[in-house]
Amino acid sequence: MPPVCLSYTDSVPRVVVDVMPKPEILDPQGKAVHGALPRLGFSGVTDVRQGKRFELEVEGEVTDEVLEQVRQMAETLLSNPVIENFTVRVEQPV
Amino acid sequence: MKVGVVTFPGSLDEVDAQRAVALGGHDVVPLWHGDHSLQGVDAVVLPGGFSYGDYLRCGAISRFSPVMTEVVEAAGKGMPVLGICNGFQILCESHLLPGALIRNDHRKFVCRDQRLRIENNRTPWTSSYDEGAEITIVLKNGEGGFVADAETLDRLEGEGRVVARYLDVNPNGSLRDIAGITNEAGNVVGLMPHPEHAVESLTGAGTDGIGFFTSLVERTFA
Repeated sequence: MPPVCLSYTDSVPRVVVDVMPKPEILDPQGKAVHGALPRLGFSGVTDVRQGKRFELEVEGEVTDEVLEQVRQMAETLLSNPVIENFTVRVEQPV
Repeated sequence: MKVGVVTFPGSLDEVDAQRAVALGGHDVVPLWHGDHSLQGVDAVVLPGGFSYGDYLRCGAISRFSPVMTEVVEAAGKGMPVLGICNGFQILCESHLLPGALIRNDHRKFVCRDQRLRIENNRTPWTSSYDEGAEITIVLKNGEGGFVADAETLDRLEGEGRVVARYLDVNPNGSLRDIAGITNEAGNVVGLMPHPEHAVESLTGAGTDGIGFFTSLVERTFA
């Protein structure tokens, strides 16, 4: 059976940029989330770091040039290299 | 002097900044984030607030606004630029100043009368103060924690580029109690607390902040 709801965006590859605070940078948001978990009855989590995920839809094929451009976007706008690291990867449609 | 005060969408403190600039004895030139010209101003103030809603990171979108292209170029040629609070964040995102401002370590918005020490009175924004002057002005921020790597912090301290330091308490987790810094040339200053809210005795924490707006004049005649 075909999926009931398949949007156009599900059929194209996406470039995913994950941005995380650098390990040595304090992450107050992650700490707040970490502090809330035991109150909800979840135990055993020793640390939480909170980052951002960007999903970019691009025109045409995801070529090496496109990925290089996305890396430049990540370096200049999506992340602040002073406090954050990023990774770039392609997510294929399922 | 003609001092431009930039309004971004989401700026809050530009009117207070304009008032402080006028009280400092200058002509105020309101600038808009979409401007492609600085209209011949001699100095620029980037005010506090939540420019572009603080989307992405504080100051990250503002950095690429048309007026900031002009500000970055003018700052490179020595024009005095003062960034207060969100303005400080914009200056860091623009790489006019090193480091970054992150969420307060205690995770709460802080609003208090804050004591500071002016440690560098050789900038165009602080020359009205005696070196080591202790002043009290308003501090209000959610993301005011100044961070940089140890090497950068050592360089800032070694070159006397820490303009102001928090006294009594560290209100936001800023490394080495740093409240404000300057660039290598000394014309660009970023400050997390708000001198523009401390320029008249009727409101605010006193008038200790006015020196940031009278310094430009004194330097001209120095």
